[in-house]
Amino acid sequence: MSMFRRIFNLFSRSHMEREIDAELRSHIEMRIEDNIASGMSPDEARRDAHLRFGNLISTKEHVTHADATLTLYSIWLDIRFGRRQLRKNFGFSCTAILVLSLGMCASVALFAFVDAVLIRPLPYQSSSRLVALFESTPLGSRFHLSYLDYLDWKKQNKVFESLEAYDKVYFALNTATETQLVDGATVSAGFFRTLGVTPVIGRDFREGEDTPSVPRTVMLSYAAWQSRYGGRQDVLERTLTIEGVPYVVIGVLPREFHFAPAGPAEFWTSLHESSNPNNRGNHGLLAIARLKNNVSVESAASDMTSITQQLAKQYPDSDEGRGATVLPLTEVIVGRLRPVLWLLLCGATLLLLIACVNVSGLILVRSENRRHETAVRAALGASRMRLIRQFATEGVILAAAGSLLGISATYGAISLLLQLVPVNMLREMPYLQHLGLTPHVLLFAALVGLVMATLFSLTPILCLSLSDMRAGLVESGRSGAKTAWKHLGANLVVLELCTAMVLLAGAGLLGKSFYRLLHADIGIEPDHLAMMRLRAPHSRYPKDEQIVALAQRFMDEAGRLPGVQSVAVAHQIPAADIAGGNTTFEIIGRPQHGSTNESSGRQVSANYFNTMQARLARGRYFAQTDDASKSRVMIVNQAFARKFFPGEDAIGKHIRYDASTPPIEIVGIVNDIKEGPLDTEVQPVLYTPFSQEPDNAFYVILRTAHAPQELLQPLERTAHSIDPNILTFGPETMDDRISHLQSTYLHRSSACLIGGFAGAALLLGVVGLYGVIAYSVSQRTKEIGVRMALGAQRHAVYRLILKEAGRLAAIGISTGILCSVATASLIRNLLFGTQPWDAATLAGVSILLATAALLASYIPARRAASVNPVEALRAE
Amino acid sequence: MAKNDLQGTLDLLVLKTLSQKGECHGYGIVLHIQQASDDLLRVEEGSLYPALHRMEQRGWISSDWALTETKRKAKYYKLTSAGRKKLVEVEKDFEHLVKGVRAILRYA
Repeated sequence: MSMFRRIFNLFSRSHMEREIDAELRSHIEMRIEDNIASGMSPDEARRDAHLRFGNLISTKEHVTHADATLTLYSIWLDIRFGRRQLRKNFGFSCTAILVLSLGMCASVALFAFVDAVLIRPLPYQSSSRLVALFESTPLGSRFHLSYLDYLDWKKQNKVFESLEAYDKVYFALNTATETQLVDGATVSAGFFRTLGVTPVIGRDFREGEDTPSVPRTVMLSYAAWQSRYGGRQDVLERTLTIEGVPYVVIGVLPREFHFAPAGPAEFWTSLHESSNPNNRGNHGLLAIARLKNNVSVESAASDMTSITQQLAKQYPDSDEGRGATVLPLTEVIVGRLRPVLWLLLCGATLLLLIACVNVSGLILVRSENRRHETAVRAALGASRMRLIRQFATEGVILAAAGSLLGISATYGAISLLLQLVPVNMLREMPYLQHLGLTPHVLLFAALVGLVMATLFSLTPILCLSLSDMRAGLVESGRSGAKTAWKHLGANLVVLELCTAMVLLAGAGLLGKSFYRLLHADIGIEPDHLAMMRLRAPHSRYPKDEQIVALAQRFMDEAGRLPGVQSVAVAHQIPAADIAGGNTTFEIIGRPQHGSTNESSGRQVSANYFNTMQARLARGRYFAQTDDASKSRVMIVNQAFARKFFPGEDAIGKHIRYDASTPPIEIVGIVNDIKEGPLDTEVQPVLYTPFSQEPDNAFYVILRTAHAPQELLQPLERTAHSIDPNILTFGPETMDDRISHLQSTYLHRSSACLIGGFAGAALLLGVVGLYGVIAYSVSQRTKEIGVRMALGAQRHAVYRLILKEAGRLAAIGISTGILCSVATASLIRNLLFGTQPWDAATLAGVSILLATAALLASYIPARRAASVNPVEALRAE
Repeated sequence: MAKNDLQGTLDLLVLKTLSQKGECHGYGIVLHIQQASDDLLRVEEGSLYPALHRMEQRGWISSDWALTETKRKAKYYKLTSAGRKKLVEVEKDFEHLVKGVRAILRYA
C-alpha cells in the first residue's frame, strides 16, 4: 500500500519530501511534549528535542537517499538533463537521430518482408508437413503431371496421408450482362482437407465430388464472396454459369486463406478430368500432399521414385523418362524469394551497422569535447557511477528517439516498397497481404533499439574509463587519452569505409548484372511490340478451321490499325516466368532407346519470326501456304539442333510426337529465343505452324512503327468488334512484359535497393571520415600554427592532413575490396553474366569511394592550411 | 565469520523492538530501546530514520500513518514476514559477534 503511494507520488517530489518532513517533525513534537511533561519549560523542551535529534536538514537528506523510489526520480532528472544537453547540441542530436532512424527504417522494413514471406508459417494446419509434387522430365524437375499419373500416385504411395491435385485456370464467368474472365482454380475433392482449411460458411467438397458424373460445385474465395456477392449468406446454393455450365455454390473459404501457386483464384471448382486411358500423356495438373508422421521429404521422394519407375515400365509411351519431384510446399511458394530477401536484409543490416558506427563516432567526439565538463563534475563530487549513468541516459535517449522515428518511417517505407511491386506480381504473392508492423517486426525493432542503446551508452563510458578524469581539468592537456581516442575513432572510420565498400561493390555487381540481363540477347527485338492474349470460347469455335479463320481475320483487322507493320499469332510467346508447353517426340529413323526426347513446343503463324525479328540460322521460315492441307513442317531452335542432332544437319530430318501422329519435317533453324526467364539457359524448342496445330487460346503480336502502348486499347476493341464473346487478357507491350517478369523484377529490385543502401552508406562513411579528420585538425591547430611559423608551406600542411585521411581511406577501401569479393561469392547465384570478382566494378566503386573520401578530407585540410599561425599561437 | 557492524546492530534493535511492540512510530522505538536497555543504549535519533526508510525499501517493515494516544499524526512501522525472517538471521549474527568479542576479551 505504502509502496503504491510512494510510486504514485514519484513525480511530485515535493509531496514526497513533505511526508518525510512531517514524520521527522512529529518525532520532535512528541519529544517536546514528553520533555514538557517531565517538567521542562517549553523553550528548554524545544531546545533539548532539537539537540537530541541533530541536524534536521541533513537527516532529511539521508532519509531521501534511502528512498529507492527516489532513485527513479533522479533518473527522470537525468533524462531531463540529457534532453537539455541534446537540445543544446541540436545539430549533433538531429544528425545522430536521423542517421539512426535511416538505419532502423531500412532494416526493420526489410525484416517485415522477411517475416511475411519467410518466417510466418503458411496459413495451413502444420504447414511444415505439406509438400508439393511435380513430374520431372529430362528438361527439368518441375512439370505438370497427368490426371492418370495423379490417380496412380495417390493410390500407390505409402508416405502421404493424402495427395491432392490442383490447377490454376482462368474461367469465363457468364453473368446476366456479360462474360467475364476470372481467376480460378480447379482442385481434387480432398484439397482443402489436406491443407487443413475449413470453409467459413457452407461445406467443403465431398469425397468423390471430383468425378465427371457428379453435378458441378464451386467454392468462393472470401474476397469474391465479399466483392461479388456482398458477403450475403444466401450465396450458398446459388447457381453460377462458368464456361456455359451451371455450378452450385457450396461454400466460402476463410479470409486469411491463400494459396499462391493458384494465384488470386476467386472460384474454386472440383476437378472433372476424365479417366480415359489415352489421356495419360495429357499433363495439366500440379499436386500437394501431406506427409505421414515420421516420414521425411527424402524418404517420400524415394517412395515416389519407385512408383514412377514402375509407371514408366507399365506405360512406356507416356511415362518413359518421367520421375517425381517432392519439395516442401514453402520452398515452392517462397523459395525464389529467399536468397533475394536475405541479401536485402543483409544489405540493410550493413547500413544499420554503418549508421551505428557513425553515431558512435559522433558520441565519441562529443564526450571528448565534454571532457572538461566531466572533470569539473567529478571534482565537485559526482561519483563515477553517477557520470556513467548520465552518459548512458543520453545514449538511451538517442537510441530511443532514433528507433521511434525509424519505426514510424518504416510504416511509410513498407507501403512505398509495396507500391514498387508490380500489381500482377503482388497478386501472385498473397502472403504479402499480412505485411506490416506485426509483433515479430516490433520485437525485431525493439531488439535493434536495445542494441543501439547499449552501444551508445557504452561508447562514452569506454571513453570515460580510458582517461584519467583529473587530466581533463587541465584545459588543453595533451593526455594519452587523446591518442587512445584517435585510434578508436580512426578504427571506426576504417570499419565504416570497409562496410560502405562492400555495399557499393554489391550494388555495382547487382546493377551490372541487371544491365546485362536487360541487354542480354533474347533472340528477338522487344521494342515496338504490342501483344494481347485472347481465348475463343470452345462452344462457338469447336472446329480447327474456325479458329484458323478467326486468327486470320484478327490478323487482317489488327494489321489495319495505324502504324502496324506486321501481325502474327502464337500459342505462347517469349519471356515467360516458366517456359513450359512441353511435348515428347521421337526422331524418325533413329532407334528408340529408353529415354524419350522432350522439348518445348510453340505454335506460331507464318510471319511470327519476321514480326519478332528473330534471326534465321539456316533453312526457311514458315510460309502462308504451310496449312493443314500441306505436309507437316517445323522450325527448331539452335539448342534443339545442338541437343538432338549434334554434328548433323537437322534440316530435312523428320520427327513425330508419337506413333499416332504424322511425321513432321524440320525446315529451318532459328537462333535461340528466350522463351522462359531471361536469366536461364534456353531449352530446346520446336515451332510448328499455327494453322497446322491451332488452339483456341492464342496471343496476337503486333510490330508497330509508333509507340506500342498506343495499340493496346485498339487491340481489345478489335477483338470485341469481331466477337464480343472472345475473352481478352491484359494487353501489354513486350518491354513491359520483360520488365514484369519475376526474374527481371527480382534483379531490378535487389539492384535498386542495394544501390540505395550503398548510396546512404557512401554518404555516412564519407561524413564519418570528414568528422574524424575535422576533429583531428581542430586538435592540431596549435601544432599546425607552430609548423607554419617555423616555415612550413601551405602545401606541406595539405599533405600532412591528406596523408592522414588517405591512410584511413586506403586501409578501409582495401579491406573493403577483400570483404566484397568474399561476400559477392555468396550472392553468385543472384548475379547474371557477372563474376563476383568483376574487376571493372570493383575498380569503379573503389575510385568512387576514394574520390568521395578525398573530397571529404579536402575541406578540413583547407581549413588547416588557412590557419593563421599568429592567431593559433596567441590562442595559447 | 559473522557479518556485523554498527548499522547492522541498529537494524537488529529496530527489528527486535517492532517484534516486541507490534506497531510503533520512530519516537516510540527510540524510547523503547532506551527503556528496555535500562538507559544503557541511546539511539541517535537522527540516524534512526534513514535506517527505517532503508528497511522499508527492502521490504522488512511496512509503514502507515495513524494517530497517537495524544491524537498526533505519526508514521507507524510494523514487521513484515520478510522482516521476521531477517530478525532471526541478524540475531544469530549478533550472537556470533558477541561470542567472538567476548572470547577475545577473556583471552589472557
